[in-house]
Amino acid sequence: MPSPRYWREVPSRYRLEAARCLGCGKVAFPARRVCPHCRGERWENTALSQQGKIITATVVRVAPAEFTMEAPYAVAVVETPEGARLMAQVADCDPATVQPGMEVSLEFRLLRQEGHGGILCYGHKAVPAG
Amino acid sequence: MRDVAIVAAGMTPFGELWHASLRDLCVEAAMEALKNAKTDQVDALFVGNMSGGQFVGQEHLGPLFADQLGMSGVAAMRVESACASGGTALRAAFAEIASGLSETALVVGVEKMTDATDVTEILATAADQENEVYHGITFPGLYALIARAHMQAYGTTEEDLSWVSVKNHKQGALNPKAQFRREVTVEEVMSSSMVSDPLRLLHCSPVSDGAAAVLLCPLKEAKKYTDRPVKILASGLATDSMALADRRELASLDAVERSARKAYKMAGMGPQNMQVAEVHDCFAIAEICCVEALGLVEKGKAGSAARTGYTALGGCIPVNTSGGLKSKGHPVGATGVAQAIEIFEQLREEAGERQVEGARIGLTQNMGGSGASSVVHIFQKV
Repeated sequence: MPSPRYWREVPSRYRLEAARCLGCGKVAFPARRVCPHCRGERWENTALSQQGKIITATVVRVAPAEFTMEAPYAVAVVETPEGARLMAQVADCDPATVQPGMEVSLEFRLLRQEGHGGILCYGHKAVPAG
Repeated sequence: MRDVAIVAAGMTPFGELWHASLRDLCVEAAMEALKNAKTDQVDALFVGNMSGGQFVGQEHLGPLFADQLGMSGVAAMRVESACASGGTALRAAFAEIASGLSETALVVGVEKMTDATDVTEILATAADQENEVYHGITFPGLYALIARAHMQAYGTTEEDLSWVSVKNHKQGALNPKAQFRREVTVEEVMSSSMVSDPLRLLHCSPVSDGAAAVLLCPLKEAKKYTDRPVKILASGLATDSMALADRRELASLDAVERSARKAYKMAGMGPQNMQVAEVHDCFAIAEICCVEALGLVEKGKAGSAARTGYTALGGCIPVNTSGGLKSKGHPVGATGVAQAIEIFEQLREEAGERQVEGARIGLTQNMGGSGASSVVHIFQKV
């Protein structure tokens, strides 16, 4: 059984489900109750497109225990065409080549294993577009 | 509101203090402050601590420390705002005295980090667990993302970052309480191992144990405890989005700017009035972004401030004369209180070789997480 803490986050992690504020039109990812821009509480559901542009990036060389085997890996803040920003690893390329301005697509991938039971945890990673 | 003063301070050395437990550290700093004030009674105890629960499995620190200090019965509480816990505890005590709720308040900032096995993961709890840490980011990683954005926006270089470390180590070498009392060269910094590009090991503050304590009372009562009290002119606390991705601009720390604006307004002063400052240099890029957000250096120009000496001892606005978090050490919950002690000593002309001549006004800025919280205090020689 996946843990409740994990499956609660499935809509944003598996399907990039977000919400557009009906007050100011800005997109929140993940969806939330109160708009951080206008404090509106009325939303429409939307999903982020599986693409975006890198705003800033780093290469993590000293990694947390769960990610030690993967280091070094690139992590970036990615902006999608909807104007939402999210954090994601950047895979399938030399991490040192990941730069601001780079176009990426967001692909569904295995991200980590949780706890002693080793529950497989999924989400999206960015990969260079094209 | 009543005027509030700091009348005494106590502080352990910062470092890997294998002989000392969490409670030992607290008691050492607190007893030194109480002895300096020649008192053994306080109305309230405020504990600044990020994560006793995770570092050593100990919560409920208010009553624990009251008990250890032989003052069970006193009002006591812990204040938490990640790495800004110490500064935020100071603010809570300031409000306690200013409001008239208590006549004396002891603030103890403390962290015991070296007993923990995975410090990186514990510190990462100050970031957004579900949306940042889940993806494998670390604290050096978060500040590296800020550094890259600052480089992109303003042309800041790796060498600029390195000069912040060189400056702070040079100043920390003069501080008997500092964890690393030695100078480093820009070549040493730039050849140290890469932690998270572009941040290298010598751009990062260390893992430390330590405690710092100050005693507060109304300014008009201060002469009971010392002939050289330091007045707390202002306190500003502010926040920003938790996740870095949600920030207005990645190369700016808006919580720092907001907390400074509040403090300057309360003090009726501006950055031009500050003569010495302790700012939150958990990573070299943090000092650069903080001095800009505080208005001590023009926006986008702080990259060169350490190299040119503008922010060095003897410069226009000396920053982190204590050595900062980089050289003095960063026992997270203790940091904000230790910053206040450096300014307290500077304004009392007790800073020895680190003394800023004629300093009458000083500032501290203590930050939580990747800049989601910031607290600024302004102090004045009485």
